[in-house]
Amino acid sequence: MGLFDKFAPTAALYNQLENAGANPFNVAFEQVLSPTEARIGDRAILLLGTNNYLGLTYDPAVMAKAIEAIELFGTGTTGSRIANGSYDGHIRLERALAGFYGRKHAMVFSTGYQANAGVLSTLAGKNDHLILDADSHASIYDGSHLGHAQVTRFRHNDPDDLAKRLRRLAGMPGDKVVVVEGIYSMLGDTAPLREFVQVKKEWGAYLVVDEAHSLGVLGETGRGLAEAQGVEADVDFIVGTFSKSLGGVGGFCVSDLDGFDILRVTSRPYMFTASLPPSVVAATTEALHQLRTRPALRRQLRDNTGRLYAGLADLGFSLGPEPNPVVSAIMPSPEAAFTFWTRLLEAGLYTNVSLPPATPKGMALLRSSVSAAHTLEQIDHAVDLFAQIGREMGLIAPAQVRAAQ
Amino acid sequence: MDSIAGDIRSTIFDTLRTSLGKPVELSDQTNIINDLGLDSVAVMDFVMEIEDRLDISVPLDRIAEVETIGDLVATVRDLKGGI
Repeated sequence: MGLFDKFAPTAALYNQLENAGANPFNVAFEQVLSPTEARIGDRAILLLGTNNYLGLTYDPAVMAKAIEAIELFGTGTTGSRIANGSYDGHIRLERALAGFYGRKHAMVFSTGYQANAGVLSTLAGKNDHLILDADSHASIYDGSHLGHAQVTRFRHNDPDDLAKRLRRLAGMPGDKVVVVEGIYSMLGDTAPLREFVQVKKEWGAYLVVDEAHSLGVLGETGRGLAEAQGVEADVDFIVGTFSKSLGGVGGFCVSDLDGFDILRVTSRPYMFTASLPPSVVAATTEALHQLRTRPALRRQLRDNTGRLYAGLADLGFSLGPEPNPVVSAIMPSPEAAFTFWTRLLEAGLYTNVSLPPATPKGMALLRSSVSAAHTLEQIDHAVDLFAQIGREMGLIAPAQVRAAQ
Repeated sequence: MDSIAGDIRSTIFDTLRTSLGKPVELSDQTNIINDLGLDSVAVMDFVMEIEDRLDISVPLDRIAEVETIGDLVATVRDLKGGI
């Protein structure tokens, strides 16, 4: 028995993709030219699967701040904030985040994954309860397992099922912490936050909302779904990431709860890892400034999203329920998803393949993410490629049939 | 076998057959992942059906311990307590 024998079924699938010369889990861009363009070999690739919602990765002001920070503070912090000290930039970024959300406290983590790991594993202790939306991201599940709380899940986006689960826990000691997401990363659907807020108030639970995919995307000022639904005052903790709309890497949590800062010396994923490098911190701080001062980016993102979503829906693809910057086409099988993905890439369009168990209900998805940096021509070109290959694969009706409808 | 465990077992069999959508041979020894081909999320989704029918919540760490249908019967029996 070899150490890796237990992975034999996964390895077989992986090798099959590798041998076919098209492995979605092994793509390497040799050059990246802009938020929307890259090269693989001598092929130009239109990027439609990078979560780069506001397209800030090549923003001149953001890049200048990163370069300046390297010159002033070097390439890395070489340690954790608890053991080796914070840099001024970490504290300024935390103040900027607290200011943006209008909350007293903010804490920065080294990745979005670690933000969920650090917050969830620490907020709920041994006798407490975490109640997760069933479609939660892996970092929410893993963060929950890292702690010692009892973890249960409720049906995706179902406030009645959440209420049922809180009722079953009513007699039990310990705090109850409910976790939902703003925009779900697989199908791009949003949570019914107003209803969740009613339930959590009725049962005296705390509410954590992960706005990873909704920061800079939803809400009047880009604060996310809680802002868009007008329930920020009843959301106890907002968690998010710097690696999508802010174009960097890292995660954060903001809250108004008194005593929040004790997490800095109790949250192991915060304490026992290196802090973010100065360049990332400076770039993220500037990207947040850009997000706040350029609402036109959000409007452009909305327009681009609407155009892609409508374009694919008109072609006859089954999509997620709402037009958000994650636009997933539901494929009939994993094989169809791989084939479609490969042919799009050969035609110069990069998307994502998402498969169970990462997807809900065993779905195979061809997932796109839209950027404010996409031009209308790029979006239209992408829709044309989906049309052409979708028809060749027999996944959507031929052009003349649809035109006649 | 007490009658509550028997009721739980038939509920589990019934739910599994419905969610698999095909007739399958089931026993206490059936391994839920290896024999039925469910992935980790499908197992959690199937347990949700059981939770609804029996008005209980099964914590994830308890689901993780379950390998066979017999294990699941015992876990659910335990969570139902003296009811």
